[in-house]
Amino acid sequence: MTTELAPVPPPKGDADPTPTRRTGDRLAFRIPVPPVSGVVRPRLLAVCLLLSAATFLAFSVETSVGDIDLPVTDVMKALVGVGDPGTQLIVHELRLPRALAGLLVGIAFGISGALLQTVTLNPLASPDMMGITQGAGAVVVAGIVLGRDSGLNTQALGLLGALTAGLLVYVLAWKRGTTGYRIVLVGIGIAWICTSITDYLLARGQRFQAQAALGWLVGNLNGRTWDQISPLAITMAVLVPPAVLLGRQIRILQLGDDVAKGLGTRVHTVRVAVLLISVGLVAFGTATAGPVAFVALAAPQVAQRLAGTPFPPPVAAGLTGAVMVLVSDLAARKIIPDTELPVGVVTGVLGAPVLLWLLIRANRAGSGG
Amino acid sequence: MGTSAVRVAKGPRAVLLLTFSGVALITLCALSMAFGALGVPLDQVWHTLLGNPPNARVDTVIWSVRLPRTALGLATGAALGLAGALMQALTRNPLADPGILGVSAGAAFAVVLSVGVLGMSSVYGYIWFAFGGAFAASVLVYVLGGLGRSGSTPVKLALAGVAVTSLLFSLTSAIALTDPDALNRYRFWSAGSLADQDQEVLLRVLPFLAVGAILALACAPALNSLALGDDVAKSLGLRLGPIRVQGVVAVTLLTGGAVAVIGPVVFVGLVVPHIARVLAQLAGLGPDHRWLLPLSAVLAPCLLLTADIAGRLIARPTEIQAGILVAFIGGPFFIALVRRRRLAEL
Repeated sequence: MTTELAPVPPPKGDADPTPTRRTGDRLAFRIPVPPVSGVVRPRLLAVCLLLSAATFLAFSVETSVGDIDLPVTDVMKALVGVGDPGTQLIVHELRLPRALAGLLVGIAFGISGALLQTVTLNPLASPDMMGITQGAGAVVVAGIVLGRDSGLNTQALGLLGALTAGLLVYVLAWKRGTTGYRIVLVGIGIAWICTSITDYLLARGQRFQAQAALGWLVGNLNGRTWDQISPLAITMAVLVPPAVLLGRQIRILQLGDDVAKGLGTRVHTVRVAVLLISVGLVAFGTATAGPVAFVALAAPQVAQRLAGTPFPPPVAAGLTGAVMVLVSDLAARKIIPDTELPVGVVTGVLGAPVLLWLLIRANRAGSGG
Repeated sequence: MGTSAVRVAKGPRAVLLLTFSGVALITLCALSMAFGALGVPLDQVWHTLLGNPPNARVDTVIWSVRLPRTALGLATGAALGLAGALMQALTRNPLADPGILGVSAGAAFAVVLSVGVLGMSSVYGYIWFAFGGAFAASVLVYVLGGLGRSGSTPVKLALAGVAVTSLLFSLTSAIALTDPDALNRYRFWSAGSLADQDQEVLLRVLPFLAVGAILALACAPALNSLALGDDVAKSLGLRLGPIRVQGVVAVTLLTGGAVAVIGPVVFVGLVVPHIARVLAQLAGLGPDHRWLLPLSAVLAPCLLLTADIAGRLIARPTEIQAGILVAFIGGPFFIALVRRRRLAEL
């Protein structure tokens, strides 16, 4: 796990003779030639591998199931560009954009939630609670109800709303620096203002507009196209690597600002970077699929309990998010015949019991935060 | 635990603070009686209430429209404020509000279910569903949050609440998306309004609100011990289980009743306790729940009535629902408060 690689000071003279050492749930190792050392959490590593396998499985099924069910082997062939042209067309133009949207949105929400929960020290801090998704919701519903939908598509409106809300939260929380606590509270203020705008618009709009708006508000993967995937993919290529690399710095922030400063962490730079990354991921994710309910909040908590770590691990959280969204989308398409429920309706139904089950059997008090 | 000298000094200041808030509330009640489609001067309001109406029209408006509406705002506002303060203290989470413990989601789900599946169309029908839904959801959250090896912790309770809330929200949207009638009723109910509710509705939930308020206020001394942490509270002789059960029952009665009538008005329960704590701090009072709970109960209807009055004035001749304006008025105020000072942490 790259996130867990912590640089260890070079041995001075009498180096520890043991190459690996186990402390608690961590495994410290040192290889003499080439000189590499680090710390891994075997359980976290195992969880990540399992989650990757589950993600791959869900992705494969997602691409093979639909109006015409295709054998997974045919889909695999089509993916690498061989096999029946008709199958290739279905896979490349219909199935792949939808599955990729689910995969990327899940990863983006999971990582974003993990970062926010760690930096604010609050398991309830997620984009769902802090105004970012509500900002997107308010602007998109305004577009639908006020009839401005024609000019700008919902994707652009969602992006605009999420980024504006994120910026607003940050600017309003800024006062000679920010603290996680203030960001969360300001975020909640913004969230409720945006929610009330949305409620007002829903109540004053026409029935069909309200229905369209609600359909977007719960999150949806129907009819995604490559045009919608590419911006998200590019954003993630830029934002995910720094998110993973910042993992250690973020956890140092948990020791409190003063201790973190003493350890040489640039507290404000790290916090700003983390907020920018999470807002960016959520904004583009929401623009692509709508605010798929519950993923950003639940995936990090689920990942944390699976891996037994004291904080939500970003990579595992991203993978958990991907599994949640892909499995939920499959269920949404298949539960009721001839009806395609939006994926967000299912994420809560499937995600909530998992989170509850993990909460009930969590083995250490207060391991949630 | 202060010395007795400190307590004597704090008492009058707390009474003063409560008195000021009470005066503000009475002023707002008077304004709520006066403003609306028919403007009634304050002296006429007074005479009408004493039984000498200037004319029959004013008499009707005051007694059958304004008074019930104001009373509704008072009762439900106080209930939401009390419930919020109680819940934040119980879960030791500054973000806890009745929405987070699943109460509002339970009520909303039950309303959509009763309209969409059972074809309920009258308010008298679905307030009981809303109430039952609120009750079932909060009991479920409480049981789920308390199961498992480590028992009930504030974080587990809050997370269980959010999990149940999203589960119910998902089911609610599934019904609302497939049933236009249910969606239609749901979107108006969920905006939260004090308008068009008759006295009958209020009288039906009032007993529940009253019992909830008594239970909540009776929790106050124990909440002060609980604020020191579970271990300290236990060593002070507090039995955590019974006090948590009492608190959850009080929250359920208060919010269930309020939400059933006026819809899931959010924000009041979340924000008002923060405002109460800041005011108590400014007045030099500590975080003593024996003052914070009554103060929240007085301040919350101030917010709700202000929103209701503003909603009547802004969009004349129509109205904007109070639930929507609460966030518009409370939101910026709340953000300003968060910026001004470090909020009293729990």
